[in-house]
Amino acid sequence: MKFLLNIFVFTIPFLLSTAFGEEAATTVQAVVQKPYVDFGNTAWVLMSAALVMMMTAPALGLFYGGLVKRKNVLSILMQSFVTLAVVSLLWVAFGYSLAFGPGHGVLAGFIGSFDWAFLKGVGMDPSPYFISQATARIPHSTFMIFQCMFAVITPALIIGAFAERMKFSSFLIFTVLWSVFVYAPIAHMVWSSDGWLFKMGALDFAGGTVVHINAGIAALIAAILLGKRKNQKPTPPHNLVFTLIGAAMLWFGWFGFNAGSALAADGLASSAFVVTNTAAAAAALMWALIDWLITKKPTMFGAATGAVAGLVAITPASGFVDVFGAMIIGAGVSIICYFFVVVVKEFFKYDDALDAFGVHGIGGIWGAVATGLFASPLIQSSYKGLFFGNPGQLKIQLIAVGVTIVYSGIVTFIIFKGIDLVLGLRVSEKEEALGLDISQHNERAYTLVE
Amino acid sequence: MKMVIAIIQPYRLEEVKEELYKADVNLITVSEVLGHGKQKGVTEVYRGTKESGNLLRKIRLDIAVNDNFLEPTINAIVKGAKTGEVGDGKIFVYDLKDCVRIRTGEKGVIAIG
Repeated sequence: MKFLLNIFVFTIPFLLSTAFGEEAATTVQAVVQKPYVDFGNTAWVLMSAALVMMMTAPALGLFYGGLVKRKNVLSILMQSFVTLAVVSLLWVAFGYSLAFGPGHGVLAGFIGSFDWAFLKGVGMDPSPYFISQATARIPHSTFMIFQCMFAVITPALIIGAFAERMKFSSFLIFTVLWSVFVYAPIAHMVWSSDGWLFKMGALDFAGGTVVHINAGIAALIAAILLGKRKNQKPTPPHNLVFTLIGAAMLWFGWFGFNAGSALAADGLASSAFVVTNTAAAAAALMWALIDWLITKKPTMFGAATGAVAGLVAITPASGFVDVFGAMIIGAGVSIICYFFVVVVKEFFKYDDALDAFGVHGIGGIWGAVATGLFASPLIQSSYKGLFFGNPGQLKIQLIAVGVTIVYSGIVTFIIFKGIDLVLGLRVSEKEEALGLDISQHNERAYTLVE
Repeated sequence: MKMVIAIIQPYRLEEVKEELYKADVNLITVSEVLGHGKQKGVTEVYRGTKESGNLLRKIRLDIAVNDNFLEPTINAIVKGAKTGEVGDGKIFVYDLKDCVRIRTGEKGVIAIG
């Protein structure tokens, strides 16, 4: 999201309409309008928040849950479901305030404060955050709950890396610490109006750096520190039907994720919706095509993975690129992610169980870089990428990517090491062999008789 | 020729398979079954594994072997499945009258291996 500060509204009159030929004759109105809560915009963003909620539970749970052994499917569903509950509470308590609240002193560019803790002052009045609609805004609490669902899904993505072997208690503590010490600062730096990467001009429409690179790097660290699963042979996914249902629901929810990030039901939202769908389509086909060329059969799992990778990659770019950009981003991400998932992971032998790093980390990096290449002034006139004559944007994108990788990598490492020292990260060998459903939750997904 | 039927704990399957491969026994049939021994499942640590009353999930292995492979097969299963706790399972051995390889029609000792 590329937010603008609300102070601009009171100082800049409506000059935008003069930029277009047909309306050039219209007299410039130097009227300063006060922001108000717009019904249509509010309805769309509230609906989008609900769509993004559904991406974590059940969509991501099903997508990941279908890929694990059947003795671990409930652990995946439980982890994603509980992430929704835990981070939701954290967010209204002080997470939102740390991420989007006003910062103080030298730390202002890096982290918010507790000024908005327990939603103090975050209510029905127009949100200070907006994108294209300076006056017709959504309530501040609507913006807060929309952002809440982003804060929820980000740590949930990491589940894919430590699947089938992490202790539930350690997972809970990790999720809380990671949300506070990694998610909130990164979100503040990139999205908050006083974040330093935001001020530098980093473009991240819906969460390429904040959500996907951030979670992807954390996933890589998690996979390395936890070590491999026992008996890590290629066990077939236990239910690919779940995986496809999950992928399709992710695709559906992603319309809220990206088009909702316009924070208004306007042309920009529509444009984001169209490019999101286009990139997912291109990536799904490309992954299946690569499968077809390399392993001789196009796989459903490949098409599903490709679609998710395409959605990841278009996320930062969705408010800035046109359909050509979307098609290149979508097709490109499948080629790059396929290489990482099949070749690089095999070469370095890290056990990123469900490819959280390979798809979200790598796909997110490609998307953030591609935004710097393909951002078109026809979408938002003030943002241009390298191919539209603005090489500087690419440099800024690379800095934002680098900062996210370094910060997320280091702090995630510290959090994991700390938990490992105090509690341990992994379940015992016997618990792992029994499956996490029985050993961590004392229940099973499937019965044998009856 | 002998028929070896083993009932083992599901979570020891990977180890048992590993030991069988080491003993050069590569032909097994695996099924998931329910059952209990004389403790009727009550001593199991993980109550959640109970199903259909006190029946517990077990893995059943069916392995047909030639006589010289009988001891290595039994040893491999014991080595892989033994934890020393109640519920490790049992091994049953029958005499096997005949064996036919469907593809070729071969019978007896040669058909097993």
